[in-house]
Amino acid sequence: MDELITMTAAQLSAALAAGEVTAAEVTAAHLDRIADVDDRVRAFLHVARDDALARARDIDRRRAAGEPLGPLAGVPVAVKDLFTTVGMPTTCGSRILDGWYPPYESTITGRLRDAGAVLIGKTNMDEFAMGSSTENSGFGPSRNPWDLAKVPGGSSGGSAAAVAAYEAPLALGSDTGGSIRQPAAVCGIVGTKPTYGGSSRYGVVAFASSLDTPGPFGRTVLDAALLHEAMSGHDPMDSTSIDAPVPPVVEAARHGDVAGMRVGVVSEFSGEGYQPGVMARFTEAVELLESLGAKVTEVSCPHFTYALPAYYLIAPSEVSSNLARFDGMRYGLRAGTGSAEEVMAQTRAAGFGAEVKRRIMLGTYALSSGYYDAYYGKAQQVRTLIIRDFEAAFGQVDVLVSPVTPTTAFPLGERADDPMAMYLADLCTIPADLAGNAAISVPCGLADEDGLPAGLQVMAPPLADDRLYRVAAAVEAALEDRWGHPLLAEAKGLIAK
Amino acid sequence: MSITRDEVAHLARLSRLALSDEELDHLAPQLDQIISAVAQVQEVAAEGIPPTSHATGLTNVFREDEPAPCLTPEQALSGAPAVELQRFKVPRILAEE
Amino acid sequence: MTLTYDTVSYEAALGRYEPVFGLETHVELGTRTKMFCGCGTAFGAEPNTQTCPVCLGLPGSLPVVNRLAIELTIKIGLALNCSIASWCRFARKNYFYPDMPKNFQISQYDEPLCTEGYLDVLIGGKTVRVGIERVHLEEDTGKSLHVGGATGRIQGAEYSLVDYNRAGIPLVEIVTKPVPGTGFLAPEVARAYVTELRDVLRVLGVSDVRMEEGSLRCDVNTSLSARGSGVWGTRTETKNVNSLRSVERAVRYEIERQAAVLDAGGRVIQETRHFHEDSGVTTSGRSKEEAQDYRYFPEPDLVPVAPAPQWVGQIRASLPELPSARRARLVAAWSLSELEFEALRNVGALGVVEQTVAAGASPADARKWWLGELARRANDSGVEVTDLPITPAEVARVAALVESGALNDRLAREVIEAVLEGEGSPDEVVAARGLAVVSDEAALLAAIDEAIAANPDVAQKVRGGKTAAAGVLVGAVMKATGGKAAAARVRDLILDRLA
Repeated sequence: MDELITMTAAQLSAALAAGEVTAAEVTAAHLDRIADVDDRVRAFLHVARDDALARARDIDRRRAAGEPLGPLAGVPVAVKDLFTTVGMPTTCGSRILDGWYPPYESTITGRLRDAGAVLIGKTNMDEFAMGSSTENSGFGPSRNPWDLAKVPGGSSGGSAAAVAAYEAPLALGSDTGGSIRQPAAVCGIVGTKPTYGGSSRYGVVAFASSLDTPGPFGRTVLDAALLHEAMSGHDPMDSTSIDAPVPPVVEAARHGDVAGMRVGVVSEFSGEGYQPGVMARFTEAVELLESLGAKVTEVSCPHFTYALPAYYLIAPSEVSSNLARFDGMRYGLRAGTGSAEEVMAQTRAAGFGAEVKRRIMLGTYALSSGYYDAYYGKAQQVRTLIIRDFEAAFGQVDVLVSPVTPTTAFPLGERADDPMAMYLADLCTIPADLAGNAAISVPCGLADEDGLPAGLQVMAPPLADDRLYRVAAAVEAALEDRWGHPLLAEAKGLIAK
Repeated sequence: MSITRDEVAHLARLSRLALSDEELDHLAPQLDQIISAVAQVQEVAAEGIPPTSHATGLTNVFREDEPAPCLTPEQALSGAPAVELQRFKVPRILAEE
Repeated sequence: MTLTYDTVSYEAALGRYEPVFGLETHVELGTRTKMFCGCGTAFGAEPNTQTCPVCLGLPGSLPVVNRLAIELTIKIGLALNCSIASWCRFARKNYFYPDMPKNFQISQYDEPLCTEGYLDVLIGGKTVRVGIERVHLEEDTGKSLHVGGATGRIQGAEYSLVDYNRAGIPLVEIVTKPVPGTGFLAPEVARAYVTELRDVLRVLGVSDVRMEEGSLRCDVNTSLSARGSGVWGTRTETKNVNSLRSVERAVRYEIERQAAVLDAGGRVIQETRHFHEDSGVTTSGRSKEEAQDYRYFPEPDLVPVAPAPQWVGQIRASLPELPSARRARLVAAWSLSELEFEALRNVGALGVVEQTVAAGASPADARKWWLGELARRANDSGVEVTDLPITPAEVARVAALVESGALNDRLAREVIEAVLEGEGSPDEVVAARGLAVVSDEAALLAAIDEAIAANPDVAQKVRGGKTAAAGVLVGAVMKATGGKAAAARVRDLILDRLA
């Protein structure tokens, strides 16, 4: 395996800055890796080979000319296919947008391009980010690099798989109910859901507007922090963007330390439905934190058990409205004949997959007159109760911890037509989305049953994203000490080849 | 039974989804199951609890009345399935009588 | 199935039913940019040249509220005596339509920016208070061109062509409460309300309020209640009412139509109807077999609007004098009856009269000129009085010349005419045409003696006490002086001479 693809983003950044390697070489190595393995991983929907190389060479020229460049200059980044990108298609994993080239750039990809990052392609995802396995992609599922028969999680499964399979050191995802943290956990990498409003949604095709949060993937805590910092910050194009300084996440990632930190274990997230191996690794991680000097207590958040039903009312309601625009009139697929109304209905029937249709109808139901108060209205009250649970908890502790997802990666096809089973994958991640908190998934070992990765979730109050990195970096360092190598080094098959 | 097949068919029309009978047959019990499950929210949401539509707590986010560049008509129409006279061409809006 | 009914005369309808009407008025705000993006708002631009990802509703785009649009809406609310919400939200109104890029409209639902106000309108010298239920802000839709079929109508068209330039222009919706109890006057009151509202909006400078360009649009709700029943009937909503005259006609037509339906034992259907300018009738719009379910919910892409009291206070302090206050002031200052005031307002001469008075003319003189000679001239040439090529200062100067005796009425009219013809200022015209009244006593007396000598019979009658006969002599003198003498003075001098 080419050494360049196994380097972390931080290492690449240093090597590029020192002139030990060129951006063109780094980019070419990753493009070669994609060419080599992606027919099996299927992480990418679009690879921007020529454009990425051209941009990499441009970075090299600018570096040679002595221009000051940021830490990500020349570092490849894979982009979840719901960020609008000029010159690259944006499909959101949906047939209804097949071949759509947006005429504008998302704020975040624009910032990364300005910072010199090399966008190497667009990654697969569950259609419009609805799902936990990428099986809802209109273009076929991605595979888990640890075991190609398993799902990579979702909805940002393509981004997680690309990073885990060394096709890119960094990737962009988005988290609405766990769509960054759950795939990060089951692919054995790091993924962060920043504070809602901390990363711009402009140009991020909406799933559920009040929940959608773009965030980073990396193989290390520091790498995730580097991308987190580069993509974040106030955006006047997004009314929900917070006008506050970006929390010092890189600084925190460089100084992992939990001594004296108060850590709360969420008591609601254990028991039936949790895979023993996942719980075993989680319990060890909590013991590890204690051994590193954290003060661990158990904290009850009684309304977290209602987060899942509240989420499956709020998100579909917003979906039913957000996805109304895909009607075959102005862009994307147009199918069928007859009046505009008939063409709209046929286009949407042909262009959307089963899960998207389910959620649109569920949301239409929840917002209908006569049902609004009983469903959407109640769900919004539950949202308040969950925020209050968090506020009470963060009165006692600095961070909360839990497993990221109840199980390791499940087999492709196992839950594909069982929506309720699929929804359970987001059980532990949804509360942070409903409350707008920051949360991270960091690898904490392999489950004994199947040898697949499990993740530790750390949750922090809004705008305290740096706490996540401080804790995650400490856990990462201690575990790698214990194992003698990064977790990914234990991946068999594809990666070791 | 929280939702009937007829209601599901109505939702499909309201959502502009031309679903086949088979799809409706498949979706109706799934939606019924999901709706029964999410109805749990009714157990805890008591009176007097304010709804949260947004977690940020922000208010009054405005832009000034300053012009910004528009797209060119070519860019605006670039994704359109059909174009005529620099406009989006769409099927007739009213159904035939 | 379409039922047809015999028609009922307006008078007959009003004999049996009491009309109740309400108006929903949409006003395009005169902001430079759209409601949620920085695209321009010029009317009549080339299609799809004023669009961006936001107003095209492209996937991933997000709205950001135009501060000025909020400010102008608050201004309207204050002018209409409304309460301004201390906290409110935008909501999505969900329905599919090709001219709406997102298939939802960002609007306001149960939390409008302004509520509970009123607007007083004058009708025949009497004040009617029209309650304002709400004033809220939303975005406009695109515009469709219907191709194929007859006369570009949506009915029978083969396809449509959509231009999104208008999509996203800020639109204020002003909704009245139902207005009962106006009886025969209902159509006139409806019209007077829209007229007054238009004047208010114009004075506020929030919109160009051009009904013909669609920047002011009305929907009229009408229902009938059987006299004495106290029960309001089913209302219809008439759209496409796009001139002041149409407002009046649409209400009147709906009263007659609904009366006919009810007389025949039929049932008024709650529906949207379309007004036709050409025929003056309304026809049923799309049938609402399935009641619209807009599935409103708070717009998650926007945060709440919470106008600070200081901001609202500043806006209140910036309000110009409103038409009603101006009316009260002018009626008192100029000693007018309400009817005289309405006459001035209807001619559109309030401003110029006010300026003429400011330039030194008496209110009576200013009114006389603008409402008389100048209004007639404007009417003849089909322009507004304010568009005539004469300034209030020039009119005031003419009035001053009459007042000083330098001009008489006939000469003054000639001066005005010449000014309108572009011959210069009143003083220039007087000088150039030699129009000054003959005030040289000796010259006048010579002319009088000549007239007496030429009309000895008449002179004798006057001497005998029939002073009325002096008119013949005055006429002769006026003729002799080419009309340049002050007739009253001439008469006095003649009577002196023959005393």
